[in-house]
Amino acid sequence: MVEAEKQERIVFSRPKALTDTTTHYCPGCIHGIVHRLIAEAIDELGIQDRTIGIAPVGCSVLAYHYFDVDFAEAAHGRAPAMATGLKRVQPDKIVFTYQGDGDLAAIGTNEIIHAVNRGENITTFFINNAIYGMTGGQMAPTTLPGQVTTSTPFGRDVRAAGYPLRVCELMATLAGAAYVVRRTAINPREIRRLKKAIVTAFKVQMAGLGYSLVEVVSNCPTNWGMTPIESLEWLEKNMLPYYPLGDFKVAEGVENL
Amino acid sequence: MSSKILMKGNEAIAESAIRAGCQAYFGYPITPQTEVLEYMARRMPQLGRVFLQAESELAAINMLYGAACAGVCAMTSTSSPGFSLMQEGISYIACSMVPAVVVNVMRGGPGLGNIQPSQADYSQMTKGGGHGDYKVLTLAPSTIQELVDHVGLAFDLADEYRQIVFVIADGMLGQMMEPVELPEMRELRPPPAWALTGAKGRPKNIITSLYLNAPELEKVNQELQAVYRRIEANEVRYDSYLLEDAEIAVVAYGTAARIARTAIRRAREAGIRVGLFRPITVYPFPYEALAEVAGRVQEMLVVEMSAGQMLEDVRMATCCRVPIRFFGKMGGVVPLPEDILAEIEALAQGKPAMVAQKGA
Ligand SMILES: Cc1ncc(C[n+]2csc(CCOP(=O)(O)OP(=O)(O)O)c2C)c(N)n1
Ligand code: SF4
Repeated sequence: MVEAEKQERIVFSRPKALTDTTTHYCPGCIHGIVHRLIAEAIDELGIQDRTIGIAPVGCSVLAYHYFDVDFAEAAHGRAPAMATGLKRVQPDKIVFTYQGDGDLAAIGTNEIIHAVNRGENITTFFINNAIYGMTGGQMAPTTLPGQVTTSTPFGRDVRAAGYPLRVCELMATLAGAAYVVRRTAINPREIRRLKKAIVTAFKVQMAGLGYSLVEVVSNCPTNWGMTPIESLEWLEKNMLPYYPLGDFKVAEGVENL
Repeated sequence: MSSKILMKGNEAIAESAIRAGCQAYFGYPITPQTEVLEYMARRMPQLGRVFLQAESELAAINMLYGAACAGVCAMTSTSSPGFSLMQEGISYIACSMVPAVVVNVMRGGPGLGNIQPSQADYSQMTKGGGHGDYKVLTLAPSTIQELVDHVGLAFDLADEYRQIVFVIADGMLGQMMEPVELPEMRELRPPPAWALTGAKGRPKNIITSLYLNAPELEKVNQELQAVYRRIEANEVRYDSYLLEDAEIAVVAYGTAARIARTAIRRAREAGIRVGLFRPITVYPFPYEALAEVAGRVQEMLVVEMSAGQMLEDVRMATCCRVPIRFFGKMGGVVPLPEDILAEIEALAQGKPAMVAQKGA
């Protein structure tokens, strides 16, 4: 009994698919959590040696330093086109893009819509923090009505700046989408759900079912001007009503994966 | 056994790429090169290779970039307005040092312009085009046979220097037909060690053009410049026609050069000692060879289907050692042999010695 208690068991360690490089993300930023979950999923699925990632332009521009898999860095918004080229010439590889809302829903809207609509067999992790993080807090397509950013100093006026873009709702209308879900990472329960969605998204690709996209309603404590805790509260109170969590498209066959 | 077949320029581009081992083609329709895309749409799937019609030239060049990251031989083709859109991707590919081939079948511009032949993208192709300090080796064929040869060569050069390589034609070359001899079908080559193929049995590979640290980016730029110096030392190509005893040198490339040849032949019949200097690589430009020509002739005539973009390179090569006359057509207007002949005659008349004495 005493002997058994003494035996050490590792219950938590860095996933193999993550390097031991210190990330540059701000304290409390969800980018780091999502990185970890993707790496855990890659480990669990045993696909580290055949996965290729594509980093966006935005705060996660350096993602290729953090994942221990082959990686390319795309031009702002063009990751889905690059992923298409990579995947088309190596259909046996697992190709994913990691994109922010500026990257995916502004400059790269064309590329994401058409890649999803073609049913490219790739996976996108889409980090929606309602702001441009890297350039210092300007309005994103996903910025909420009334939300103050450096380029909407009086709050986003939808008459002048248009309405926030709901990416999952839009993508779910496209025939090539196989798996389109929205999650968040504001508490352990949501993190577990997010992890499950990430694993499923990869499985959808491994099964060749079509495009899988996991949106993560995320935060930007730095540019929102909040503490990490405040940012999670603000996210829950303001973002989740506009960006409801849920499954927007789950194609036939996904349930059985 | 080789035999000649009659082929349209655009189809010759496509077939030549296939035979050179092009494993993936991404493109977007634009006249006057759409037949390249259409030909690829038919042939590539038959061969089990990748063909994809992109949603834009922006997407096409980035798909090409992705495939090139996987280390396969890949190509896109376009025409001037599409080429402008590709500049972003070209700049990224140049910095990342992955091989790729882009064919630009130029048309009249600026703007939407028209669909007639033009050479007005010269500066964009030879002087950068996109952002940052980069250059792209650019081959300028003037016959369909050369188109075929240059497309094959472009894949070799792209691999050798890990660079993007351009082949430039124009609406005339793309649309006309000529007999060509096609090369044998090459084997597809395996992906190189740097390619993104999944990190099985090796450390991960990264392909990026981001270097936040300034001295580090300067080093990358220095490496790129070193590649360009190697290209400039080894890959300058040009051709000449009746230049040995010439007193007038016509300088032209591509379609303008083949029209100039006709004019030169006629001028020779009239006893005018005129020849042709034709750059085949417009980057690297044959500065030294042209400087040597400038030392031998009395006059130069530069002919372009543009307002005089190559003219600047000719001036640089000759350092004002010889008077230069320029004849250019714009907006998709193709010069006629008579036009060029009239220019040659005007030059010769100003200098009586240039016309051989009858019976002399
Ligand atoms: C063509 C181009 N335009 C603009 C930029 C500048 N830029 C860098 S990051 C960024 C916004 C990124 O925001 P987002 O995708 O939401 O990611 P986040 O930083 O919030 O994670 C912009 C506009 C760029 N790098 N390239
Ligand atoms: S700026 Fe915002 S999005 Fe970027 S790392 Fe910091 S908190 Fe995260």
